[in-house]
Order: sequence, then C-alpha cells, then structure tokens
Amino acid sequence: MTLAGLLRRPRPHQHKAPVVALEHVTVRYNGDAPALEDVSLDVHRGERIAVVGPNGAGKSTLLKVVAGILAPTTGKAEIYGYGAGGHICIGYVPQRSHVDWKFPVTVSDVVMMGRVAKIGLLRQAGRADWEHVRASLEQVGMIPFRNRQIGELSGGQQQRVFIARALAQEAELLLMDEPLTGLDSPSQEAIFDILDLLKAREMTVLVSTHDLQLASDKFDRLMLLKRRLIGFGHPGEVLTPANLQRAYGTHLTVLPGSDGMLALSDTCCEGDDHG
Amino acid sequence: MVEFLLSPLRYEFMVRGLVAAVTVGVVCSVLGAYVVLRGMTFFGDALAHAILPGVAVAYLLGGAQGPLFWGGLVAGIGTAVGIGALSKTGQVREDTAIGVIFAGMFALGVALISTVRNFSVDLTHFMFGNVLGVSRGDLALTIGFGALVLLLVVAFYKEFLVISFDPVLAEILRIPHQVFSYLLLVMLAVTVVIALQTVGVGLMVAMLVTPAATASLLTRRLPIMMTGAAVIGGISAVVGLYLSYYVSIASGAAIVLVCTAFFLLALVFAPGRGLLARGSMR
Repeated sequence: MTLAGLLRRPRPHQHKAPVVALEHVTVRYNGDAPALEDVSLDVHRGERIAVVGPNGAGKSTLLKVVAGILAPTTGKAEIYGYGAGGHICIGYVPQRSHVDWKFPVTVSDVVMMGRVAKIGLLRQAGRADWEHVRASLEQVGMIPFRNRQIGELSGGQQQRVFIARALAQEAELLLMDEPLTGLDSPSQEAIFDILDLLKAREMTVLVSTHDLQLASDKFDRLMLLKRRLIGFGHPGEVLTPANLQRAYGTHLTVLPGSDGMLALSDTCCEGDDHG
Repeated sequence: MVEFLLSPLRYEFMVRGLVAAVTVGVVCSVLGAYVVLRGMTFFGDALAHAILPGVAVAYLLGGAQGPLFWGGLVAGIGTAVGIGALSKTGQVREDTAIGVIFAGMFALGVALISTVRNFSVDLTHFMFGNVLGVSRGDLALTIGFGALVLLLVVAFYKEFLVISFDPVLAEILRIPHQVFSYLLLVMLAVTVVIALQTVGVGLMVAMLVTPAATASLLTRRLPIMMTGAAVIGGISAVVGLYLSYYVSIASGAAIVLVCTAFFLLALVFAPGRGLLARGSMR
C-alpha cells in the first residue's frame, strides 16, 4: 500500500498553534484585482466564527484558502501550525445550490464519503467506518432518514447530512458556505442546536452568511470582509456604523428594518465589554 | 421457440458477435452511469468520433484487418487527454473545445479513409458498426479491455463517486482528483474503442447514455443504477442482434433501437417517477 501511503499523508498538528492562522493572505485570480487582500487573523480551538460581507467580498475565497484548496497568491495560511494544503481534518458543508440533489446517493452514502480518505485507496469501508457513519447520523438526528435519497429531504435535513459527513470524517474544523440561506427559522434553529453540540466537543466552525442579525446573535466572533478584513472580533466591535459603511457602502438596506443599524449596535453592546 | 433462439447460433460469426455485443453493452452501460451523472454526454459523442483518424491510419496500413483497435486506442486516449487539457487552459469554453477537436478529428478520419478507393463500405462499418465481422482476435481484445474497465470501476468506486458527486470534498480529502478524472477519461476512450465494431462511431453515444439513463429512472442508488444499466445494455445487445438476424436490419442500429425502447418504457412506467405515476398523482 505504498501508493496509498503516498496519497494520504495527513499533516501533523501543533496543538498550541491557532486552528487557523492567516498571515498577509492575498489572492488574485488571473492577475485581476485581488479577491482577498492582506488578510491576517487567528482562529482558536472551539470558536464559532461568522464570515460576513457583501457579495463578492471574498467570503468563499477565504473559505477555500482555509480549506487548503486554493493557495494564497502571497502570504501564508496555516492550520494547526502547518500549511493548509495537506490536512484531512477539515470538514466542509457546500452551498445548497452547488449540490446535485438528484445524484443517486442515499444519506448514508453521502456520510460515508467523509470516510474515503481514512479508508484509503483500494480498500473498502469496514465495520469501524460504518460505526462512524451511524454515530454521526445519530448526532444530527438523521438515523430515520439514512436510506433516503438526498433529494427527498428538506433543506434543513440536507444541511444536517453534510454536517454528519464532516463528523464521520472526524473533522476538527468545519467550514460552512451559506448554510442558512433559504432555511426557515425552525430549520436554522436545528442547525444551531447541532453547532452547540459541536462546540461542546471543541470543534471550530467557520460559517459564511449574509444574515448580519444571526451573525451577531449566534457567533463568538465575526469576520467582516470586503476584500480586506474590515473587522474581526465581537459583534459589537465589528458591526460599527463606520465598518458597515466601509463594507457595504450605501447599501445598508441589507440590514433588517429601517433602523437596523441602531438595533444592531444596541444588541451588540449588551453584556459586551468593549469600550 | 428453442429453434428460434438457437438457429442463429449455428454460425460462428453470430456467436462471436453476440459475445462481443453483450460485453460492449455491459461495459458501455456501467461506465455510462458516470457519463450521465457527470454530464459528459457530448464528450462521449465527441470522443467516439475523434477515434476515427486513428482507426483510419491503421486501416491505411492494413486494410479492414489492420490494427484498427490499437489505432483507435491511441487516438482515443490522445483526444481524451487533449480535450481535458485544452478546457483547463480556460481560453475557450469546454464544450467549444470539444466541438472544435471532435469535428476536426472526425474530418481528418474521413479524409484519410477517402484516399482509399471503394472506401464506402468500410466507412459505413466504422460509422455504424459491423458486429458480425468481429474476429477472434478482436473478441479477445474486447473482453480483455472490457474486463479491465469494469475492474477499475469497482476498484476505485469510492474515489470516482466522490469526484463525481462533490469535487470540492475530493480536494479537501486530498484525493488526487485530477488523476482520477483523467483515468475516467482514459477508461471512456478504451470503452469507445471496444464499442467501435458493435455500434460504430455514429451510434456510440446511445450505448453510453441510454441504458444508464434508463436505469437512473428506476433507482436512487448508484451501484443499483450501474447493475441495472448493465442488465439493460446486455439484454438490448442480445435482443437487438436477434432482431437484426430475423428482420434483416443493421445490427448496431437494432441494438440502439432496443435500448431506446427500454428507455421510453421506463420514462412512461417507472414507479414513482414515470410519466404515468406523475400523471396519476395530479
């Protein structure tokens, strides 16, 4: 199995290092204006981070850099102290619109995909792998649906399947691209219940979202992007009128309500120790 | 009835043709599941046409008994890798790249073959197949390479599944998905070459796509879809060949027509998803 050994060479972890460390990361596609410019930040173990910003702000690009599937043009991206490219500990929940829901796979099949790297080339899933799949489905409450074709599920259930896949993968860092878009609020609540469970297990989670209200209510820290990192910290520190102006310009209508900006700065300051 | 089934088998060419057609039907249909799921129908059609210059060169070297298989294989693999690389440069859209290469290669093939006098019979065989002309050597190559393709489909099942369903996950799991994508293209090229004698360049895409599409109407799991497609492809080959024997129609066309009939039946009657089931739900 030397070939298989070559192919999966998971990076080691430096457990004192931040889970995610970006240093002056800039990404340019084909020499155009940068999609991401000079972003530096650290994310620590067990944090739940919202990545917010207008369309084209570089949210997806940032997630790809962290996932290690897009190398920064300049700068450095590290996961647990080692280059982002070699890790297999990164789970990922795709945007719903990027999934072919008619593909002939069941819920169990999708979750088993998380095990593929661990199983290795030319080997088949063993009893331990099936046990991982079962346990992961149980955690997200999807056991009763395990034999359904994925297109037969509701939007919230679909997201839970992909979270289960990351669990089966034994991921330590979970990246979710717009998981809340198009879900009704009970489904969103169900997702956050699961994220709370993951938090208890110290899983680090990065979620990109358009919903500033949810971002400020449900996350430890907020990353406000507009190609550059405009703010990173507690919601109250980040969602200031000045920062929002820089990120969204005059398009502040994204905020809930006509006086949304005020409402946001109100909620953010409750119990918050920022000055 | 027994006489009806057995009498064609008195001819050795008929037996060889039957074995070749069933092999091709099964291999095309199994790999066809990925062609359907990955949206590669146009690519499959193009690849089928693009092997013609390779076949033509072999034909010029040795006539109808020349090393057609190997000529086709070189052209097929070259084209598969070439289209993959050209579409990656991003200069032109992938379907445009395929269209340009496919038509150019096909024209080159026809031009080469047309340098031979009285070429039209052989050109017809390349275009629409000549399964009853399968030699013993051809049959061995067909079975050998067909088995190789099936073996690879099984051996790398989970990798092909991941790169087809979720290429981003494949990258995150550090599966060398480029390697597997190219491997799939090469397997497709091999399949197209072994199917050349059965259905020919012009009807190839039907063997790749129709049984797999039929099976996709009947099941929601990939392994069952592949098995079902193989069964449909194999049965179509047998039924088509008998049809061609008794009704005296071109064998490749007969096989494809049977595949198409199965598809139409599934489209109408598939439980839960057929037109009939949908109609009664309203």
